[in-house]
Amino acid sequence: MIQVNHLQKEFRIHQARAGLGGAFRDLFSREYKTVKAVDDLSFSVEEGEMFALIGENGAGKSTTIKMLTGILNPSGGEIVINGFVPQKQREDYVRSIGVVFGQRSQLWWDLSPLESFRLLKSVYKVEEHEGQRWLDRLIEELDIGSFVSQPVRKLSLGQRMRCEVAAALIHKPRLLFLDEPTVGLDVLVKQKIREFLRNLNDTEHMTILLTTHDVTDIEALCKRVLVMDKGKLIFDGLLENLKEKWGNGTEVAFQFKKRTSAEELRTVLGELPCEIIRENDFALRVKVSRSQEMLPFVLSTVMASFDISDVKIMEASTEDIVRNIYSTDSEVVSHG
Amino acid sequence: MGKLYLELIRIRFLTLLAYRVNYYSGIIIYAINIGAYYFLWGAIYGGQQQLGGLSVEQMTAYVAIAWMSRAFYFNNIDMEMAQEVREGKVAIEMIRPYNYLSVKTAQAFGEGIFRMLFFAAPGIFLISLFIPFQFPSTPEAWGMYLLSLMFAFVINTQLNLLTGLVTFFLFRNDGMMRAKRVVVDLLSGLVLPISFFPGWAQTLMGYLPFQAINYYPSVIFTGAIPASRAWQMIGFQAIWVAVILIPIFVLWRRAQTKLVVQGG
Repeated sequence: MIQVNHLQKEFRIHQARAGLGGAFRDLFSREYKTVKAVDDLSFSVEEGEMFALIGENGAGKSTTIKMLTGILNPSGGEIVINGFVPQKQREDYVRSIGVVFGQRSQLWWDLSPLESFRLLKSVYKVEEHEGQRWLDRLIEELDIGSFVSQPVRKLSLGQRMRCEVAAALIHKPRLLFLDEPTVGLDVLVKQKIREFLRNLNDTEHMTILLTTHDVTDIEALCKRVLVMDKGKLIFDGLLENLKEKWGNGTEVAFQFKKRTSAEELRTVLGELPCEIIRENDFALRVKVSRSQEMLPFVLSTVMASFDISDVKIMEASTEDIVRNIYSTDSEVVSHG
Repeated sequence: MGKLYLELIRIRFLTLLAYRVNYYSGIIIYAINIGAYYFLWGAIYGGQQQLGGLSVEQMTAYVAIAWMSRAFYFNNIDMEMAQEVREGKVAIEMIRPYNYLSVKTAQAFGEGIFRMLFFAAPGIFLISLFIPFQFPSTPEAWGMYLLSLMFAFVINTQLNLLTGLVTFFLFRNDGMMRAKRVVVDLLSGLVLPISFFPGWAQTLMGYLPFQAINYYPSVIFTGAIPASRAWQMIGFQAIWVAVILIPIFVLWRRAQTKLVVQGG
């Protein structure tokens, strides 16, 4: 559905000289610096996938989204989405996508969302009867019926954001882009929007791409994650794999009924590459690095060999992982 | 397609209704302007019957109708475009399946109709109570005026689109837009009918599109020129519409490839 090959975007940024003299010289000759915002990005997405693009501020996420939505022209590489080249066939292409910018509103500030919806329906030439049924469903599922006829400027951020999502979906696009959709929202609203998106992906098989800084968004919604850093794609894969790659492993804390030493546990587990940490005479922790393969074995073996009163699995949270990625130098990461 | 533009015009209408105070203050500003020019011209004419080919009556009609025409053709879409580029809102416009410039034109048209109905029409009626004022006598004259006014709107909007498009390249061009506004008001014949300019200036202005914005429709309205000359003026307007389209197309093409969305 989405094909991106060697995508590049360079910006020429004017370097202002310092001071009054510098400003005067700037009038006549300007110095520019070329910045690569997106550098050799390649990935492909299947229909019905739901995935997240994450990265620090300035990693190139928004630039990428803007190129994918046909707003910006790439400096190099190619994009094909739904069979369209966004920059060349913009007007046809944008009919098949919906976009929500968390930082920008696409509703008319002085009018009610309902008026905006009405206008958008004629923008996208939505079929009257079918369109109304779909809109009714959006209004119900996003729970915006009670304020949809108030002017947008009188809505709270959470209310407005839900209306924004409805506005982006008015023409039932096959592909939905969300650029930081949950910025500044409270937990309940976030949850409502997530539930709605998941439902949409289930029932309508809609492909959804979101960029976010909120790790809970990713955990709640996406299986697949793309991580960008300094314009480059540094990870593309499942969330689980991301955890294994950058997580600090998984810890299992066992509470034993009898006194058990670390050596006893080691003999049971055999050669398994893991770390055993002793807490006290009755409690031991086992730390494994690749949880998917090793966790079942550790659990079943230990449970079978000892009397266990309690087990706690402590997985590295995605938040920790993201922090890990962001704080690691990109060079190390891309070779690690 | 037509439905979309009707909706856009309707939405602009509603937006303007949402700000009623602006609307009332606009009426006052126009009334003051017309009143001031009315007395000014009265003083200039003194006892003379005819100046620059216009009688006193035709002159007052000219002043009133020039301002009322302006209410219709005037719009701020270049400022709006500049703001949208500056704040990065243009991104939202680009994700919609329509032509940005046509949409802007439709919005301007919605604004024009709003001001014509709620502003110019009652205004001209009010003025006709206070000062001697002559409406065109034949339906043909009305038709010519309205046609010419429509062209005036298109040309003025095209110029606004042009200055607005420059923002895509310069990011800030408030000065240019302000200068354009003054130039249009002066050279279009709003402040001074074109026939009052010195000969060489009239020749020069013949090569510029500005008088097609106000002088043509206003002078047609006053009935100071024969019908054949009026049709000639409308022809000139049509030519200008076609000519200005060319730079708009070129600039728009280049603006799309050069677009930078500012602010994240």
